[in-house]
Amino acid sequence: MADPLLEIRDLSVTFDTARGPVHAVKHVSWSVGPGEVLAILGESGSGKSVSSSAVLDLIDMPPGRIDSGEILFEGRNILEMSKAERRRLNGRRIAMIFQDPLSHLNPVWTVGWQVEETMVLHGTPRAEAKAETLRLLAKVGIPDPAAAAEKYPHQFSGGQRQRLMIAMALALKPDVLIADEPTTALDVTVQAQILGLLEELQKETGMALVIITHDLGVVAEIAQRVVVMSKGEIVEAGSAAEVYRNPQHPYTRRLIAAAPGKGEIRAEAEPPAPVLSLQNVSKKYGAFTALHGISYQLGEGETLAIVGESGSGKSTTARLLLRLEEASGGRALYRGRDLFAMPPKELHAMRRDIQMVFQDPTQSLNPRMTVFQLISEGWAIHPGIVEKSRWKARVAELLREVGLSEEHMHRHPHQFSGGQRQRIAIARALALEPRIIVCDEAVSALDVQVQAQVIELLARLRASHGLSYIFIAHDLPVVRDFADRVLVMQGGRIVEQGSVQQIFEAPREAYTRALLAASLDPDPEVQARRRAARKREAGAAPPSAASAPAPSHRSAPASPAARPARCGRRNPAAAPPHPPAPPPPAHRRGRRPGTRSPAAPCRPRRGSAPRSPRSRPSATAPAASA
Amino acid sequence: MQRFLAKRAVSSAVSLILLVIAVFFLSRLTGDPTDLYLPVDASAEARENFRVLHGLDQPLIWQFLDYLRDLVRLDFGDSIRRARPALEVVTEAFAWTLQLALITMAIVSGAAITLGALAAFNLGGIFDRIATFFSLIGASAPDFWVAIVAITVFSVGLGWLPTSGTGTVWHWILPVSVLFIRPFGLILQVVRGSMITALGSPYVKTARAKGAGPRAVIFVHALRNAMLPVLTVIGDQAAALLNGAVVVETIFGFPGVGKLMIDSILQRDFSVVLAAIMVTAFAIFVMNILIDLAYAALDPRIRY
Repeated sequence: MADPLLEIRDLSVTFDTARGPVHAVKHVSWSVGPGEVLAILGESGSGKSVSSSAVLDLIDMPPGRIDSGEILFEGRNILEMSKAERRRLNGRRIAMIFQDPLSHLNPVWTVGWQVEETMVLHGTPRAEAKAETLRLLAKVGIPDPAAAAEKYPHQFSGGQRQRLMIAMALALKPDVLIADEPTTALDVTVQAQILGLLEELQKETGMALVIITHDLGVVAEIAQRVVVMSKGEIVEAGSAAEVYRNPQHPYTRRLIAAAPGKGEIRAEAEPPAPVLSLQNVSKKYGAFTALHGISYQLGEGETLAIVGESGSGKSTTARLLLRLEEASGGRALYRGRDLFAMPPKELHAMRRDIQMVFQDPTQSLNPRMTVFQLISEGWAIHPGIVEKSRWKARVAELLREVGLSEEHMHRHPHQFSGGQRQRIAIARALALEPRIIVCDEAVSALDVQVQAQVIELLARLRASHGLSYIFIAHDLPVVRDFADRVLVMQGGRIVEQGSVQQIFEAPREAYTRALLAASLDPDPEVQARRRAARKREAGAAPPSAASAPAPSHRSAPASPAARPARCGRRNPAAAPPHPPAPPPPAHRRGRRPGTRSPAAPCRPRRGSAPRSPRSRPSATAPAASA
Repeated sequence: MQRFLAKRAVSSAVSLILLVIAVFFLSRLTGDPTDLYLPVDASAEARENFRVLHGLDQPLIWQFLDYLRDLVRLDFGDSIRRARPALEVVTEAFAWTLQLALITMAIVSGAAITLGALAAFNLGGIFDRIATFFSLIGASAPDFWVAIVAITVFSVGLGWLPTSGTGTVWHWILPVSVLFIRPFGLILQVVRGSMITALGSPYVKTARAKGAGPRAVIFVHALRNAMLPVLTVIGDQAAALLNGAVVVETIFGFPGVGKLMIDSILQRDFSVVLAAIMVTAFAIFVMNILIDLAYAALDPRIRY
């Protein structure tokens, strides 16, 4: 590797808290060179974001302090620079994008203004910045840039917001882009698009890219090198492929072993007798139809996974089943009785049979109640399950069953970790001895190792209690390891349903295939093959096949007419000399239906004057990259 | 937008009517103006004439209906004391109060927002200490006391400023300064708290990552977001001033609507009391609409 562009040497950051100093990172060193993609991999609390926050001077001091180390940018230690000098680097030479673009974009300014601001802050005249903004918005795939620039962040979808963040960060062609969990809250297909866009832009401008992530799949998809962090320290570093294939540190090994999607697929059994049967269930919110009359069955002891992206209606079915909301039509037969038409008294009795575990145990467990109160509450509501004199013993039993111990009984939820809280939520559901448990994204918010443990717990309980699960998830690999049957939903309709084996190995519908193709595998080699396959598939099939699911673009039709006018606006002769052309970027073909017209390929920012036709991001020029 | 305004107008009209009913009958409870305006030894005939002249001889309910009938034509009746249309008397006084309120609130808001924002940016710093000091004063110093002390020191003692009246710019300084204290302390606290939240928000982190300096971070990125709760309090405080700062107006002999209301109640000048209440109620209605529009102007997520 050539001289690193950005190098962190022996950095230690401490936060002084009321409970004493917390060593967020300890003697961390990493570096990234031009054109390189480095991933910083770690679970929550590993300190993976701290060093890059230090690079951009985003650590509040106090309570934070930098105990040791230096941060070299082009060989100069930026920790010794003045505040003003560092501000001149931020946004211009080093830029950052964040997780959750909605809260990271200022809600009260138009997105156009916010993109302009990056340039104006560093001296570009406002008028010039305005024109450049429109070009940038087009470049990151925002349809109708002129209209979009006048809108506010809340008027965009999650994926589009992240594109806006990217436009904002790349406005001044920074040399280093740091992306902190850039795709974490996004749907899988949108995630694939955003990673594709980052990679494309990175190849084009030759900038260094640092991706901070908890997801081995993201590392496999985009990174050349990876550093693995645990408890504020780097435990392992190396090339992405090498670290995955041959992890040295026990922590890395555990992390890789915990990655879902590698286990045995559950053997297909005879279809069991249905315990729950939904018939033509629909739900309308005013003029908006969330569910268009769906029907499915849940078998006795079966695990039915419902997968889909945000807005697919997967959580709506759960809320309807538990009568947390009223269905607009249809029936849900449970033991021959219609749940939707049950009188209150019968409904009350039935509630104990169908329990729910929610995504975020921090919010779904009352913070003022002790674990004992939380678990035993159901017995007060449904008398006759457990004698009051036995409550204590039974709570202890349940806690042991979910892998906690009885001394946890008198603590409050905030005294537990996320995974432990989810165990409490499961114990609470189990307390009523239900027949069906609905898990709504129950493991989505958990770190991968904890996720694996909770899944294992759910599987064990399934075997010992004969439970049926409705397992709502967006994460396909988890579903693959755990479910019997899968139901794929999109836009309030069931697209496809079948056994896990059928769905994962022989998906029939294009949407299912697109979902599977977009989900990331932790193995860099598998991921490389998938990318190749995606390219081929997109080349062979009409572009809409792979990109239909992207919700970000359904609502905002592209206006190809707006594009050609701006293209070629910059004089190619004025472009700086370009480095040797990078290998062709791996485009997700057809990512943006209609937004890129083959007739008008926009020139890249660092105008690769004689641009390779292969890197032309055109949806209808597939053969070029093959 | 128009629907919103119409809805607000209707709901305000309802409360205004209820207010008229309540004030009309309550003010009658204070007694018969005849006893107040005529000498103790006035003849029964003179008393009767006075009653007929001001419609006080009718049954109360008739008086009320008469009043309503006139009100529809925006006739608020005449002042017994001043023998002029009540509305004229009130609008004259209200113009003074409006000026006083606008000047005071403009200074208060400007000062509180600037100081509060700076205090939040550097917690524990010099601005934060000044802010804490003023908040404490604002919360604890009663304005009648401050007013009297101010007169004693600046007018009587030093002789710099006039004690009362409205002739020159100098006349405004003491009333505005005294009225300044309480809302300033209150708004300052709200700005500070709201700014602390805004400055800790993710979008401020983004701004810093873009290279924005402290001034842009505070005044461009955080302040506009922090203004919503501040607006609520500003509206609240402005309403209190529009109602007439009774105590301060009385102490400084300021011819505002607050002083007029107190005087009219003591003089059993019912038409003026009612007119004053309705004019201020209308002003507060208009101000609330303006505050709502300001919300929408500040935060694009709010649409009516």
